[in-house]
Amino acid sequence: MNATISKLDEVKTGNWSGGTSPFKVEYGKIMMWLFLLSDAFTFTGFLVAYGAQRMFMQDTWPDPDVVFQSIPFITDTGAPLVFVGIMTFILIMSSVTMVLAVEAGHRNSKKEVVTWMILTIIGGLTFLGCQALEWTHLNHTGFWFGAIPDSYQGAQAMGATQFSSFFFAITGFHGFHVTVGITVNIIILLMTLSNVFERRGTYLMIEKVGLYWHFVDLVWVFVFTFFYLV
Amino acid sequence: MATDNISEAHLYAHKEADMTKQKIWKVFFYLLGLTALEFIIALGFVETGLVAKSAAVNVIYIILTLFKAFYIIAYFMHLKFEKFGMKVMLGLPITLLIYMIILVLIEGHYIGLHLYK
Repeated sequence: MNATISKLDEVKTGNWSGGTSPFKVEYGKIMMWLFLLSDAFTFTGFLVAYGAQRMFMQDTWPDPDVVFQSIPFITDTGAPLVFVGIMTFILIMSSVTMVLAVEAGHRNSKKEVVTWMILTIIGGLTFLGCQALEWTHLNHTGFWFGAIPDSYQGAQAMGATQFSSFFFAITGFHGFHVTVGITVNIIILLMTLSNVFERRGTYLMIEKVGLYWHFVDLVWVFVFTFFYLV
Repeated sequence: MATDNISEAHLYAHKEADMTKQKIWKVFFYLLGLTALEFIIALGFVETGLVAKSAAVNVIYIILTLFKAFYIIAYFMHLKFEKFGMKVMLGLPITLLIYMIILVLIEGHYIGLHLYK
């Protein structure tokens, strides 16, 4: 009897019995990964709906090279992919500065973390600004949620309406994610500046925020391919 | 409770020294190269009319995109250096999604061919 009780009271140390983390990853980081997985499902849902509609209306779908061919302040026509190329570069760049901030965090180097975080935030804001310009331009040419330019008539109008609504919904949702990412980055920057992680002794928070930021970049890679290239 | 979390965080905080600055920039140039390749195909070949815009070109774009996604997830998000169980936990659902994507695209294509004809 006594032996059984002491057996029950024993501190469990096994991987799968609650003693240690089986993945050797801190709790908050695993939760961030799981959140990102569910977020990936959301974006997949959007993109799958987009893909199915596009396959359905293949013949009437507008050509992306015709829709996106402006560079704000420079030219309104004749430059497909250039502006979105710049946007993609900015987002990849800000992903690199983020991972450099994480790397600096591993060395507990507060100064470097602050520098890279500021650059990441600037990158994110620049991307959002570019997206605002892109939206404004498309809105001026006549595209909006459920609205299309008059140049699309008859069967063409059906594909164009679908395209327009999907474009604004998906890039809008992505832009919302970028906005949240920038906000969280700013909060983390302020926490770094006020020595919260210095006192805690670990910059693990930078990693968690970094995961989210890379995910935003990851989604853009897919949005870029399926809206602009394909 | 809070102290527990912090001590746990300490346990895992310093195991990631394997992602050095040099490696980060290397991955960045891979990503840049893959994106540049997509642009060369789009502007240099498809736009100039050397290659017709076709399903084959789209497959190349998607393969390049998946490579980019791999580099971001594996190196920037550090999944390559996590435990096998975690890779499976995150990778398996996404892999199953590919099956769903293929099914839905086939359905969409079928409806497009037959519904209004």
